[in-house]
This record gives sequence, structure tokens and C-alpha cells, in this order.
Amino acid sequence: MKQLEDNEPIIEITQFTFQYRAQAEPTLRDISLTIRRGEKVLIVGPSGSGKSTLAHCINGLVPHFYAGTMQGSARIAGEELGKASIFKLSERIGTVLQDPDGQFVGMTVAEDIAFKLENDGLPQQDMIRRVTEAARNVGMEQLLDASPHELSGGQKQRTTLAGVLVSEADVLLFDEPLANLDPQAGKLAIELIDRIHRETDKTVIIVEHRLEDVLHRSVDRIVLIEEGRIVADASPDELLCSGKLRRAGIREPLYWTALQYAGYSLTPAMKPASLNDIQLGEWVQPLQNWYEQERPEPLLAAERPAVLVLDEVSFAYERDGRPVLKQVSLRVGQGELVSIVGRNGAGKSTLSKLVCGFYKPTGGRILYKGQDLASDSIKERSERIGFVMQNPNHMISKTMLYDEVALGLVLRGADEASIRERVHDTLRICGLYEMRNWPISALSFGQKKRVTIASILVLQPEVLILDEPTAGQDYRHYNEMMEFLLTLTRQGKSIIVITHDMHLMLEYAERAVVLSDGEVIADGEPAEVLTDARIVEAASLKETSVYELALRAGIEQPKEFVRRFIRRDRKERGA
Amino acid sequence: MKARMLTYTRQNSPVHRLTGAAKLIFFAAWSVTAMITYDTRSLLAMLLFSLVVFRLSKVRFRDYSFVLYLILFFFALNHLAIFLFSPLEGVSIYGTRHDLFPIAGRYVVTEEQLFYQFNIALKYVTVIPMALLFILTTDPAEFAASLNRVGVSYRIAYAVSIAMRYIPDIQRDYENIAFSAQARGIDISRKERLTRRVRNVIGILMPLILTSVQRIETVSAAMELRGFGQRRKRTWYNGCPFTARDYMAVALIAAIVIGSAWLTFRDGTRFYNPFR
Repeated sequence: MKQLEDNEPIIEITQFTFQYRAQAEPTLRDISLTIRRGEKVLIVGPSGSGKSTLAHCINGLVPHFYAGTMQGSARIAGEELGKASIFKLSERIGTVLQDPDGQFVGMTVAEDIAFKLENDGLPQQDMIRRVTEAARNVGMEQLLDASPHELSGGQKQRTTLAGVLVSEADVLLFDEPLANLDPQAGKLAIELIDRIHRETDKTVIIVEHRLEDVLHRSVDRIVLIEEGRIVADASPDELLCSGKLRRAGIREPLYWTALQYAGYSLTPAMKPASLNDIQLGEWVQPLQNWYEQERPEPLLAAERPAVLVLDEVSFAYERDGRPVLKQVSLRVGQGELVSIVGRNGAGKSTLSKLVCGFYKPTGGRILYKGQDLASDSIKERSERIGFVMQNPNHMISKTMLYDEVALGLVLRGADEASIRERVHDTLRICGLYEMRNWPISALSFGQKKRVTIASILVLQPEVLILDEPTAGQDYRHYNEMMEFLLTLTRQGKSIIVITHDMHLMLEYAERAVVLSDGEVIADGEPAEVLTDARIVEAASLKETSVYELALRAGIEQPKEFVRRFIRRDRKERGA
Repeated sequence: MKARMLTYTRQNSPVHRLTGAAKLIFFAAWSVTAMITYDTRSLLAMLLFSLVVFRLSKVRFRDYSFVLYLILFFFALNHLAIFLFSPLEGVSIYGTRHDLFPIAGRYVVTEEQLFYQFNIALKYVTVIPMALLFILTTDPAEFAASLNRVGVSYRIAYAVSIAMRYIPDIQRDYENIAFSAQARGIDISRKERLTRRVRNVIGILMPLILTSVQRIETVSAAMELRGFGQRRKRTWYNGCPFTARDYMAVALIAAIVIGSAWLTFRDGTRFYNPFR
């Protein structure tokens, strides 16, 4: 451990309050925070807590790009925040933004890495040398000439990181680095950040709400923000034991929750922040006991009638081209919640587009309640199978909530009275009835997402396909969304969720279907799938920490341990 | 990814090896020359030259086929319009009148009109190969550097480059938006009445514009965070120095411009007149 206490402070924020110009209330209130050179700090908080705004105060986007009023003082790398320009701050603070696509400004990897150097007017020869060096540092040296659409999300992010490393910035700021990555890429990103932190004397600040994933590698401190205030600033071990994270709506690491279910109060001395360092000691026995107490799960309910069946479906974009899907067979029962997982490019979204009729399969059949869908138009299919896209902004085309939800019915020429009735019914189901006269711009991201689901549900489809329904949402919103989808399954709707979210899969899906290179490589119970190392690797997933905990505690049937944990956890949260 | 229409592909040909700046100068001068001259001999010579260069460049037909059809369609439309609005333009230009056959009223097909429209067609087919070549063989990464080199402000040059960078992303957004709109019953195919169709397309454009605006905000924040626009000058990672090949290309286009001008204006008019 480096001695950090003596280092000079690089960020000094005292009694700082900030209010955006368009907001009625301050987003940050009375913030005091000191970060010293060489520290690695994690800033956590639920959606809307102000953690992103705090990040923007560190890189100068606030107040120079996003205007507002400030009180108190904020000294960033020796500069007064209000006086130093973004450009001046960018010399010291390198930022990696959340959206790996949006910040990739170059036509190639090399050009993107060089962007800062180009703007500084460096001669070409020096640039080439420094770009190659930075690319090697993040493992992108083989892909210098690749264009952004040839790269995965993780590779784009590594490129951006290299683009920050080429400059002499001594603070690296990561704004939700895990938001757009699959679990495997997220894990690699955290390892890479950690390596760079250890090898250089740079200060690292990570803003995230996915605590467990960041704690894959150690951090010096965690700062917890809630409603614009700092409510905790402590070492990970202390903070985990304080219970403050859970109260703020931050999900604790799963293994940690499992230990709590086993019934003991936890102490920082156990080093709970990392599963690798944790001192289980006398804990093994209580865990065993808990495992035996939890009654085994009842057998699965009787087979449900099939609603949607894919029968050896194949697809290629070009005739004789590379097949995107190879003889995929899949069965979705009524009221079932199935998750489809796999790496980027494994064929997940193509599959949903085939089902909706956007593309025609080159082979095989798609059956809805036993009938071949081949001759049905997109519009006809949409009354049976609804598709909700990941980005709600891609779907919303009206300014008022009611109009948006009614749109599909209006276009189908339904009469006004029945439209009103069906829209109101749907809004009640979706918990949006109270807001029916609101403009959509007044809604939060999660609410917009709900609106898009409502606008599909209003057509009364039996099957609902959702692409990453929980992306960009914190734990509380994730829970709300998934509990809502569960209520739909109880009403007999079948739900297919395309996702990278391991928690979603484990906790809510009855079945996980794993696609790899256009083929189904697994189709089974999520606890089963997520504990199979081969599948986890092929689908770019991660093994759950509960499984690792079970292994470390010497539980004989670790898979069963995971199952029992999930069941218990569901009960706790449903209550 | 499909839909890679009219985009740069990395290949090795004499045309690809030229720097973007040289190609830009060449293309600009070439187009202006072809637009000015109505001298059939000059146009024919240029056409021949452009076809040879096109052949040398090794670009593949499928990379530009769609755009070519589009251009040919407008080309046909344009010719029809010329005849409709001014059926005797050729007669007034060349000063003689040789009727071939009448159609109706003032619409009479004359040799002069045919020759005049033939010359316009020649202009098209002289410029089209060069325009396609310029787009298909210029690395967008290098293009901004080239623009900057020929004197365009780097902020504008980079704006062009960033637009090219995000065109595929916006295409993908559009595809997604159009899909989901169709699923809800927004029909933009020919089955729908035109007025409804236009309204439906606007319904799709709304979310597209909003997501694009968000994209722009992210990009400009990211660019500012990396020091864009702070200095008066910037350098280019992909900038290429002029080589002998580029100077030759520029010299060649200068020769073509002068040659064509000499042929065209030698007798005091832009039109080569075989009727006198």
C-alpha cells in the first residue's frame, strides 16, 4: 500500500453547492471532498444522486459546458474551477466518458488516440511514437487501423483510455465505465484501470453505481453520494459494514448479502471488500448451516404451452454471406421469462428482428401458437409480438405521454372511446396512469422506458421482446422494472429479455438461452448456465460471486447454493 | 454490417495512393472545366481520360451501383426537363435549324437540340466517374487534413470529418427507429397514401433528430475535454505530405484545364459548332 496521507491534495472541494440553470434546486449541496495525488477513489450513488455532476465539476464540464450557479470553492489540480477553462483542466484531468461510441471521434483507433496530441499541435513523428506506446499500454496495438464500427464496446473504451494516457494528465476520471460493457469486458476494464493505477503515479477516480464489479480490484476509498450530499467517505471495508450503501439503494456484492443471510454481523476486520481477501474463518460453519436450512426448491411447474417456437432458423445478411444465425431452435412458453445472452455480434438482436419480421429468415420457420409467421407483415406480427428497444429515445415520437401510448391504436383506426379505455388500462398496469397528461420531456429515463413498454403493450401482444430493459438504471429502478415485468408474466404474457445483466438473468429469468457465433450453445436454468465456465467464457459473462463463495466455503453442491441464495434474495426484495 | 454504400475502402491503386488534397484539387478543377466547356472534342477527350483512370482505380461496381442508378435517374429527368422547358435551345445556340420530326405544338425535335443535349450528357458522364472516384478512394481520416491543407479552417475541416464518422451510426439509428415505428403501424412503404406517408416519415424523423442532437452534445463535450479548438493550428495524425505523384497529378489537371480552355475559347464561343 502506498503512503497516501502525506501526498498533496489534487482535488479540494469545500462546502460546494451547484445548481444547473434549468433546475429548480441544487444538484450538489455542501460537498466537501479532498482527493490526494495517487489515490484511487470510487464515487457511488443511485441515479440522480448527483455523482455525474460531481464528475463534471472535476473535469470542468460544469460550469463551462453545462451552465449553472456555484457556491463554495473547488480547486482542481491547483486551479479554481470557475476560472480555469475546460481546456486548461483537460491538461491535468483526463476523462473517459460513459458512452464509448459517442466519444470516439476519430475515423480509426490511431487517430482517436492521437486526437489530443493533434489539438496540441504535435509533429506527426512524435504523435506516431506516442500513439503506438499508448496503444500498447491498453492492448490495442494490433488494431490501430480499425474503424470504430469494427470494434466492441470494450475496445472502444480502451481506445479512449489510450487517448487520455497519451496526454500528461495526472488524474484519470472514469464516468460510469461499466455502463455499456458486457460483464467480461467490464471485468477487464477494471483490471486495466487497476494496472495503470499501479504502474503510474496517476490519481484514479471512478464514478459508478455497480459496486461489486468495481470492487473486483481494490480501491482506497469509497465516497457515497445521496441526494446531492456526501453521506459517507470511508474505506470499502468500513463502508460495507456500515449498511449505508444498502440504505442508499446501492447493491452490495452478492457474496456479502449471502453472508448476511447466514446471520452474523460483519466487521471490517474480515476484509469484506474483496472475495479474494475475505477472512471466512469461523464463517464456514454458519454458511453450511444456512445452506441446509433453506429448503430445496420445489420442482419446476408443469411444462407451459408453447407460444413462440423457432425451428432451425438460419439467417445471413447477404446471399452466400457469413451466416449470422445457424439453425437456431428455441421455445418460449406462455407466461415464461426467458433471457437471451451472448457476446456482441452473437446474433441476439438479429434474432429478435427476425421474430418481428424486419428481416426474413434464410432457412427454418418461426411459429406463433403453432402457426407459421412467414406470410405475416411487420404490422400484423406486432399485434402478437411486441419489441421494445434499448434506447427509449429511439421509440418516442410524440410530445405527450397519452398520445405516445395511443399512437399504435390510432394508426390502426380504432375508435376514440376504445382507444381511451385501452390506453388507460395499459397506463394503470404500467403505473403511469397518474402521469397520463404529462409531457414526455418531464419523465425520467426509467419512466420513459416504461412509456415505451406501455406503447407496445397497448397493442396487446402475447409476447414481449425487450432489449436490455435495465441498461443505465440503478438497483432500485432495476428492481422496479423487473418486478413490473414479472407481474406481466403472471398475466400470461411471455417475455424475452436480451441482456448482458447477470443479476437479471440469475434473479428473474426462468431460462437463459446462450448464443455464440449464431448458435445456441446452452439453454437452461440460469444458475446452471452461469456456473459453467465454458459457457460463461463463450458468452462473455462472469461467474457469480455467490458461486465462488460457495466454493470457498466448501459447500458440496455450489450450484444448489446459488439457487437457494437467489430464492431467498427474491423473497427479501419482493417483500 | 451491410449498407456500406459509397464509402471508402482501403485498396492499393495509383488513385488511392494520391493524397486527399491532390485528389480534391484535381476533382474541383476537373468539374469546373467540364461545366464550363461545351466543346465536344474536349469533353470526349476528358471522358476517355476519366474512364481510363476509373479503370486504374480498381473500385468495385457494387460499391457505387446504387448511387450510379440514382444519378442516371436524375440524369434522365434532367434531360426531359430541358426538352420540356426549352425545346429549341439548341437552335438558338447554334444559329441553324434542321428539323427531324415534330411532336406537338412547339415541340419539334431538331438536330441542334439533340446535339446540345448530347453535350450536356457528355458533361455528366465526364464528371460522374471523377466524383465517384473522389468519394470512393479518399480516406475520410485523411480528408480533413487535406481540406485543412488547401486552406480550409481546421474547425470546418474537422466538422466534415466528424460528420463522415457518424454517418454509419446515424444510419443505424434510423434503421432501428424505422423498424420500431413500422412495428407500431407507422407505414412508410408505398402501400400508404402519399400524404400519410410524408406524415409518417416525419414521425420517424423526430426521434432521429432528438437522438442525433444528443449524440452531438456527447461528441462536442468529448472533443472539448480533449482540447479541440483551443489553438489556432492543429496537426494531423493522418496528414500525408505531397509526393512527386501528387505534383504530377496537379500538373496534369493544370494541363487539362489549359488545353480544354484553349480548345473551347479559341473561336470565341463555348460551343463547338458542327452545323456551320
